[in-house]
Amino acid sequence: MTLSDLHVAAPELILAGSALLLLMWGAFQGRSNFAYGAAAVLALVAAAFAAALGVQGRIFSGGLIADDLSAFAKVFIYGFSALAIPLGERWLMRRGDCKFEFNVLIILAALGMGMMVSAGDLIALYIGIELQSLALYVLAAFRRDDAKASEAGLKYFVLGALSSGLLLYGSSLIYGFAGSTQFPVIAEAVSQGAGGGVLFGLVFLICGIAFKVSAAPFHMWTPDVYEGAPTPVVGFFAAAPKLAAMVLLARVLSEGFGTALEQWRQVIVAIALISIFVGAFAGLAQRNLKRLWAYSSIANIGYALLGLAAGGELGVQSMLLFMVLYMVDVTGFFACLCALQRDGKPMETIDDMAGLIKERPALALAMTAFALSALGLPPFAGFWAKYYVFKAAIGGGLTVAAVLGLVGSVVAAFYYLRLIKVMWFDPAVGSTERPPFEARSIAVAAALFSFPAVLVALVWLDPLAKAAAAVLG
Amino acid sequence: MTGILSLITYSPLLGVLAILVVRGLARPGVNTDAAVRWIALATTLATFALSVLMLSSFDNSASGFQFMEDFAAFSGLHYRMGVDGISVLFVVLTAFLMPLCIAASWKTIENRVGEYMIAFLVLEVLVIGVFTALDLILFYVFFEFSLVPMFLIIGIWGGQRRIYAAFKFFLYTLLGSVLMLAAVLGMIGIAGTSSIPELMTYKFDPMLQTWLWLAFFASFAVKMPMWPVHTWLPDAHVEAPTAGSVILAGILLKLGGYGFMRFSLPMFPQASELWAPLVFGLSAIAIIYTSLVAFRQTDIKKLIAYSSVAHMGFVTMGIFSGNVQGEQGALFQMISHGVISGALFLCVGVVYDRMHTREIAFYGGLTQRMPWYAAVFLLFTMGNVGLPGTSGFVGEILTLTGTYQVSTWTALLATTGVILSAVYALSLYRRVMFGELSNPALAGIKDLNWREVAIFAPLIVSTLYLGVYPASIFNITEASVQALVSAYQAAIGG
Repeated sequence: MTLSDLHVAAPELILAGSALLLLMWGAFQGRSNFAYGAAAVLALVAAAFAAALGVQGRIFSGGLIADDLSAFAKVFIYGFSALAIPLGERWLMRRGDCKFEFNVLIILAALGMGMMVSAGDLIALYIGIELQSLALYVLAAFRRDDAKASEAGLKYFVLGALSSGLLLYGSSLIYGFAGSTQFPVIAEAVSQGAGGGVLFGLVFLICGIAFKVSAAPFHMWTPDVYEGAPTPVVGFFAAAPKLAAMVLLARVLSEGFGTALEQWRQVIVAIALISIFVGAFAGLAQRNLKRLWAYSSIANIGYALLGLAAGGELGVQSMLLFMVLYMVDVTGFFACLCALQRDGKPMETIDDMAGLIKERPALALAMTAFALSALGLPPFAGFWAKYYVFKAAIGGGLTVAAVLGLVGSVVAAFYYLRLIKVMWFDPAVGSTERPPFEARSIAVAAALFSFPAVLVALVWLDPLAKAAAAVLG
Repeated sequence: MTGILSLITYSPLLGVLAILVVRGLARPGVNTDAAVRWIALATTLATFALSVLMLSSFDNSASGFQFMEDFAAFSGLHYRMGVDGISVLFVVLTAFLMPLCIAASWKTIENRVGEYMIAFLVLEVLVIGVFTALDLILFYVFFEFSLVPMFLIIGIWGGQRRIYAAFKFFLYTLLGSVLMLAAVLGMIGIAGTSSIPELMTYKFDPMLQTWLWLAFFASFAVKMPMWPVHTWLPDAHVEAPTAGSVILAGILLKLGGYGFMRFSLPMFPQASELWAPLVFGLSAIAIIYTSLVAFRQTDIKKLIAYSSVAHMGFVTMGIFSGNVQGEQGALFQMISHGVISGALFLCVGVVYDRMHTREIAFYGGLTQRMPWYAAVFLLFTMGNVGLPGTSGFVGEILTLTGTYQVSTWTALLATTGVILSAVYALSLYRRVMFGELSNPALAGIKDLNWREVAIFAPLIVSTLYLGVYPASIFNITEASVQALVSAYQAAIGG
């Protein structure tokens, strides 16, 4: 370990350093302003470049890994975190309480997520998850005068702490039976038949991570937190943290437990199918769009897990592409919700959207695109996401699970169609306020990505994800 | 003429662009509806002209795909286009019916005219794309997305229960399609290609074929629709605006039959042979049962919708007979039904526009006030019944001949459908057209106007022309059908 090894950790160092600097700057300045937000965005963009172009390798005795997979994930994680800053900061400013800590917390969360995707042993994994989660707990309750937001933050914290406990318990079991916290050593122990104890620990580990990605049956916190937390914050933690946790899961399962594929695959397939059906059926009863999209995200994580369960390079590739395409959609959708306001109140229920196509055609078209995309209708991004996942699943021998997953998507189609129906068929109920520039642009840009830009984007995303997945293949 | 298929497929998008520009540039308060209508009509006519141009340089003697286009995309997928004798006529049929639909909506659609025309133009792109796509995923993209404009057309401009009908239409077809998607992905994984021409020669394991066939069947049987998954169709038809019904009956139903001929038969021949009795059974039930159901309807549109299901029974029966007569008859029946059922829905639209009801009991004695309309309706009723001399006859007789060679019982049962269709169609005609003009509301009803005559004229001409000179269709389809049948017979060892 020499000083030059630290180049590998360049993105982490940039983020940690800038978080501390911004904290100092903020403490003296007191409030957030344009320059402050721009500096935070800049730090994230710099970290993304460092991740994409920087040195690769393993440092800290294999605890921190920089490879194609982590680079791929980090670019999107940092990118989407950077997007959350203008969206969230402006949203909070309009409500008159944008404390400067918002930007610092986003950066710290991004740092934690970056560590998650780079984790090479169980300790680094835990540190990454905790750093990320703690920042997110605070962000969920960021509007501390709002009872619902505080409730959301508290719920998130208590259940998150429980899941961290499960995770630690699983880690300690794995360490106890395998004799190491490092993934390659664990893999060796597993292939030599380390036995039930390690697998027992693995199940706990999977449960812990399932909490973080809000896969059923560990999804209980999701609808409440999504409903209560500030809308731009929801848009943030519905996207990047999920990618981080999924990549982490892929790395643990492939690097640490690659030889036990048949064992963990059953667990993952079960969680995936339960998530898909819980997301589809429970969503039918929702009127609040944030709760609805919480269930939609549960179902979508189910699809991503199904891709992962397919195993091998194709499985990981499909999961990565699914998550990236999903992140664009979900960010765009919450940007729409941030942009829409009527009589000073945010429009959050399905019925609020009545007749939106006449009043705000651009946003209504964007939301239609996101709904159709989430439904998995070609040619939108959501279809291509499902295309990769189901292709991998069927290729990996999970035909029955894939067919069940597809049937689940038809159930979910009902609530996406209902949203489209309300926007297009119903008469308008009042007039909306002029949407703010940044939320509107993010929403429209994401919709244009969903179709048609996705067709071009996939031409280079496809090989990139393939290269990233090859690391684990 | 490479590139003409993409040109035809995407040419309606120019109309969409023009509509958006006109609406964007118009000063607030200026009504652009008239301009929008003319743009839509001109675009669809231009597309039709292009499709005729394409047909004129189509080589009838070649059995393979023509006007091929091929670009590599991501994930091993390709953008592939091409037509053969089986698909080329559907392209022309779509392009032919679209201007008529636009013209039929000229006066009846008053609100959200721009969106309506855009929905139709987008639908045209998608449907033509379905027939020209030669890559499985590209096909699926067009096939599946065609649900959205139709969903909006039914849901926004439909009748009383339009929301219910739109949802039912969408969810039914979606459930069928996702099963097909699973099969498509499985096929791509096994064969390592998504190219339709290559897959048509790929030999799938017979056991696997069974499953793949069922998955495709789930999708196309709903689309067709076959009994017992036809129940979305009457709802969708009754609630859709007239032009929507025309497209639904005239073109969207043909996607199912086209799918059977393009995928099920050539790609899964063993499974097709294995499941043919199932198809024959369902077709016979569809023909007899839905004919009887049609007879009991009180709503004109619903009656015609059920008669569509019965006529599609002849198509499925012919396709799975697996011989030249059956295939040619099925193709002919689809083209002819596209014209005749489209015309019948337009006929319903004529009286609905005037009286705003489709109740059969409301009408009666219309011959006294609307002689020209009665004559037109009579012609298409006869076509629907399958009177020799109209195009309806040719398809029915050929599918029956084809089926007779394979399954005599099915053919016998289906023949009763010919009689039953006369029963419901003629009794409809009697109740609406003949008798006393007893309803005072009908006293002032006007006969066809020039716009309506202009819409019906091409339909009348094609019904009669195809009826007396069916070779005009068979010459185009023959080479491809021969190739399809000989490959199928070789595969099943017959």
